[in-house]
Amino acid sequence: MDLIRYYFRKFFTLIKTEVFVLPSRMIVLVFFLTLLALPLITDDPYLLRILILSSIFAIFAASWDLLSGFTGQMNFGHALFFGVGAYGAALLNLHLDLPPWGSIPLGALAAVLAGLIIGIPCLRLRGTYLALTTLSFPLILIGVVFAIPEFTGGELGISGIDRIVRSRVAQYYIAVSVMVVLVVIMWKITDSNMGIIFHAIREDEVAVRASGINTTRYKLMAFCLSGFFAGVAGGLYAHFMRIAGPSTLEVSMSFQVVIWAVFGGVVTIWGPVGAVFILFPLLEFFRFWPEFRMLLFAIVIMLILLFMPQGLLPWIRDKIENECPRCKIRNAATRKSCRICAAEIH
Amino acid sequence: MFADILITSLINGSTYALLAIGFSLIFGVARIVNIAHTAFYMVAAFCIFFVTHHLEFHPIVGMLVGVPLVTLLGMVTYRIFIAPIREHEAAVLIGTIALGIALQEVMLLIFSGDYRSVPPLVQGFFTIIGVKVFYQQLITFIAALVILGALRLLLMKTRLGLAIRSTAQDREVANLMGMNESRVALYTVGISIALAGFTGAVIVPLTIVEPLMWLHPLIMMMAVVVLGGLGSIKGSFFAAYILGFAEAAVVFMIPMGAFLKGSVALSIMVLVLLIRPEGLFGIAFEEER
Repeated sequence: MDLIRYYFRKFFTLIKTEVFVLPSRMIVLVFFLTLLALPLITDDPYLLRILILSSIFAIFAASWDLLSGFTGQMNFGHALFFGVGAYGAALLNLHLDLPPWGSIPLGALAAVLAGLIIGIPCLRLRGTYLALTTLSFPLILIGVVFAIPEFTGGELGISGIDRIVRSRVAQYYIAVSVMVVLVVIMWKITDSNMGIIFHAIREDEVAVRASGINTTRYKLMAFCLSGFFAGVAGGLYAHFMRIAGPSTLEVSMSFQVVIWAVFGGVVTIWGPVGAVFILFPLLEFFRFWPEFRMLLFAIVIMLILLFMPQGLLPWIRDKIENECPRCKIRNAATRKSCRICAAEIH
Repeated sequence: MFADILITSLINGSTYALLAIGFSLIFGVARIVNIAHTAFYMVAAFCIFFVTHHLEFHPIVGMLVGVPLVTLLGMVTYRIFIAPIREHEAAVLIGTIALGIALQEVMLLIFSGDYRSVPPLVQGFFTIIGVKVFYQQLITFIAALVILGALRLLLMKTRLGLAIRSTAQDREVANLMGMNESRVALYTVGISIALAGFTGAVIVPLTIVEPLMWLHPLIMMMAVVVLGGLGSIKGSFFAAYILGFAEAAVVFMIPMGAFLKGSVALSIMVLVLLIRPEGLFGIAFEEER
């Protein structure tokens, strides 16, 4: 009993000293609590559907950030992982009758394999070459999908896949909790030793290699990890939409994820997640003017980039928080002195 | 059948060459990966369609009006949207993607998504060794070669060409030698968009005009640029015909080939990159930092 009380107190102190002191962390906490509590207030299926899709795409966008943001391996064909995950899960579910909890991870493993296959040729390329080459892989696959319609369903895709669960609210909770767990895992990965090496590869690959680190292995690792998370997103998408079609592999899907990630701010993991939860519902909101929908979307993105080229969320964070000049700890913008070292902040 | 493949590959190859060279130019001088490049080609095609169908002029008038208009549009959008964020590589990337989507949507709003076509400049065809060759195909091919030749003259013989080439080699040193770097970049954007406009103009009688027509050339253009070596104009030229030929051969020789044409061309690109990561004619830089 005492032990439980001790952990409780420790937990509350942690929240008080680490979360409540920074407005950005408060926002994240409130955001997740709202997401979890939302079905209690409303069970509007349309709203839940938007949020489920946002959660799925949030995993997808964050996985792009893990590969292209952190490791700097510009991937313009990220839809490949998503599509392989979706098609993998769909085929396993349809032909082998695997339930969703089996087919989604196996589909994600297929995406890891895809990551290995495209990672190996891409290791020798850098920068723009890499971006333009990776763009081609999902298109090669889409050609194959169209060429063997008996197996892949061709243009119509594979339909008739099992639902994960029947009720919309349960689907919502599954999507949101998977999203939260995977995003936290990705965030932890980027915080770990491996994440630091990823970041170092982005900054200066030669220096990393000079310090005796096998960059090839880490770059392949980044491809596989990112492929896994994107594959999970693809599998979830297939099981939620109950169809895996060529639209999961299209160029627009690859571009979409780049737009989300850069809009939210790269090299953060939380940036892309936030961007998806802003942009995806925004796009749905624009359906009131169906002809202008994509145009408004494109204009919003161009204007925001014009004024905040670093991405929206880092820009907001810099407005509400600033860094202590002495100890580099972040503080709320309202504070006059640093919360750790008490140095003056202007 | 071989003659059909040859004709199709020459026409497609010329299109890709024109597009890819324009794309390489912007990339070389301003380090901008311009995804919206082929969107301007689409806009030019629509301009010509508008002039011929709604204003009922001869297509040649449409081409004379369309190309300068698109060039102007390109330079203005570059000035407003791209130039201020040029230093942020990722922002430029999605800025140009968004620009492409915006152009596509504007065209969709004005002209709707119907498939349209523009009449050829010269009707009719002639036959060589039993193969039908339309006059329009011949005109397109020759026009493409003439434009490429003119571009080569511009780059090699004029002062502006010298400035463009030297800025592409080393931006800072070119700036120190008294070339106004941002003005050179603006001119290059103009030339590049004009090339995209010309491409649209010469190809428009042979293709279907619709707002999504920029996506396939975009992919092929990028494949050409990578295969030929980024920034190498000679490389882009040869790679364009190689990929154009591969595409045409697949379409005519394999059943279901129309679906696989992109896949095969892109696979060739990937295979070449496995052997030569810098592309066919690219120069391998020693660990650029």
